[in-house]
Amino acid sequence: MGELKLMKGNEALAEAAIRAGADAYFGYPITPQSEVIEYLMAEKPHERTGMVVLQAESEVAAINMVYGAAGAGKKVITSSSSPGISLKQEGISYIAGAELPCVYANVVRGGPGLGTIQPSQADYFQSTKGGGHGDYKQIVLAPASVQEMADFVKDGFELAFKYRMPVLILSDGVIGQMMEKVDLFDPIPRLTDEEIVAKYPWATTGKKNGTERRIITSLDLDSLKMEEHNKHLQAKYREVEANEVRYELINCEDAEYVFVAYGSSARIAQKATELARKKGIKAGIFRLITLFPFPTKQMQDLCKKGVKGFLAVEMSAGQMVEDVRLSVSGCAKVEHFGRFGGIVHTPEEVLRAMEQKIIGG
Amino acid sequence: MTEEIIIAGFGGQGVLSMGKILAYSGIMQDQEVSWMPSYGPEMRGGTANVTVIVSDERISSPILTIFDTAIILNQQSMDKFEKSVKPGGLLLYDPNGITRHPARKDIKIYQIEGARLSAEMGNTKIFNMVILGAYMQVKPIVLLENVIRGLKKSLPERYHKLIPLNEDAIRLGMKNVTETVPA
Repeated sequence: MGELKLMKGNEALAEAAIRAGADAYFGYPITPQSEVIEYLMAEKPHERTGMVVLQAESEVAAINMVYGAAGAGKKVITSSSSPGISLKQEGISYIAGAELPCVYANVVRGGPGLGTIQPSQADYFQSTKGGGHGDYKQIVLAPASVQEMADFVKDGFELAFKYRMPVLILSDGVIGQMMEKVDLFDPIPRLTDEEIVAKYPWATTGKKNGTERRIITSLDLDSLKMEEHNKHLQAKYREVEANEVRYELINCEDAEYVFVAYGSSARIAQKATELARKKGIKAGIFRLITLFPFPTKQMQDLCKKGVKGFLAVEMSAGQMVEDVRLSVSGCAKVEHFGRFGGIVHTPEEVLRAMEQKIIGG
Repeated sequence: MTEEIIIAGFGGQGVLSMGKILAYSGIMQDQEVSWMPSYGPEMRGGTANVTVIVSDERISSPILTIFDTAIILNQQSMDKFEKSVKPGGLLLYDPNGITRHPARKDIKIYQIEGARLSAEMGNTKIFNMVILGAYMQVKPIVLLENVIRGLKKSLPERYHKLIPLNEDAIRLGMKNVTETVPA
């Protein structure tokens, strides 16, 4: 056990970046995520670990700094909220194409456009179905507590370096702004330049090390080579799908009606489950932790155990529900409920939707 | 035990920091806590509120619509949250600036003159601690010793000299809270 603190989700993410041995954070402030860079600036991690914290001139600059530092084998992280994440998409596509590791967080707010500063989960499609251009995927971790905001930074770096791909921590205004008890993991030392040279044969660490020329690029004008590269990427994504699915089943042992949710909606659905059980409704929660890879098989297996219906609960007009339908594949009824545009649904509304759309529908 | 609380008033009254002290005290007692503020433009000069949950169990939703306890510090918040108290629950308020007093008969209602008492102490900044004391008297969810331990842990060393003043304010609130019955 590390150190116990009361922290905002955004602060926990920032502290976790220092403790995870990150070499750099590049970012640009935006509500409801600004506490990340505020905390890092106040904490002066360059004095603690040598980590660089830099406020870039824009989100586009920040993500390209991430691209550059990741190419040099550095552990690098950025964060923003929805409109800022849209600006970063070109860079993320390049990072995915060039097969570089990085962690970035989206503390989602309502959209489209500048939208609102209140919480939302309407960036699911952007996070799981592309976002930027080209056939790429990224691992998406969805924290539902301040504790997970910290833990997923550490896990995110491990996954990013294991598969050399971007890892997104998909949070929202609720998880970013709320305070909870967090048990901070023990600090991991930053790698030295020598350790990076020894550990990452792909990193551009300079010819002085006597190595052969290394090229990091997402461009190849020979389309046959590009097709091969794409096949390689797809094989990697299948490996991620086979190995890295994470989810949590709550009250599902005897559940007839299941809420499917992630992030703050999963917490709200948990309260709705408590209320449902008091009324004698056998409700449970399938909480997604990874959105990519999606727990398709696990959801199918649960369905076959006798679930009568699934309600996808998300603060959007209905995005994740499409993957739930594909997974359940006709085995049980699937409906969607969610408030959006910055409104957070209440546990009572969520339960009423289950009663009306699934149980009574 | 799970206690679900809303604290609501004007920005600047110390609503958010009172919630934070409550949450920290819960941690000192090895309990689970959550602290969820309203955030955004409504906080600048307008109303501010925070939902605090202290529980022996894992906390589900940090966002709620009904509460065991409402601590209400201005009229707008009274209009908004009087109806959000669970039947049998608790409403604690400062009558200063309140023109429409709470009328519900299915909840317990307490008054604390936090604004007057803190002004008499010569320091309106400890207003929120007077209110906290009143709450601790009528619902001893967190113990005074754990509040003090929480303050010691959460405040930078240079502010520790202010802890006795905060303790006095809590005791003042504990002594002066009164139950009222709507007419």
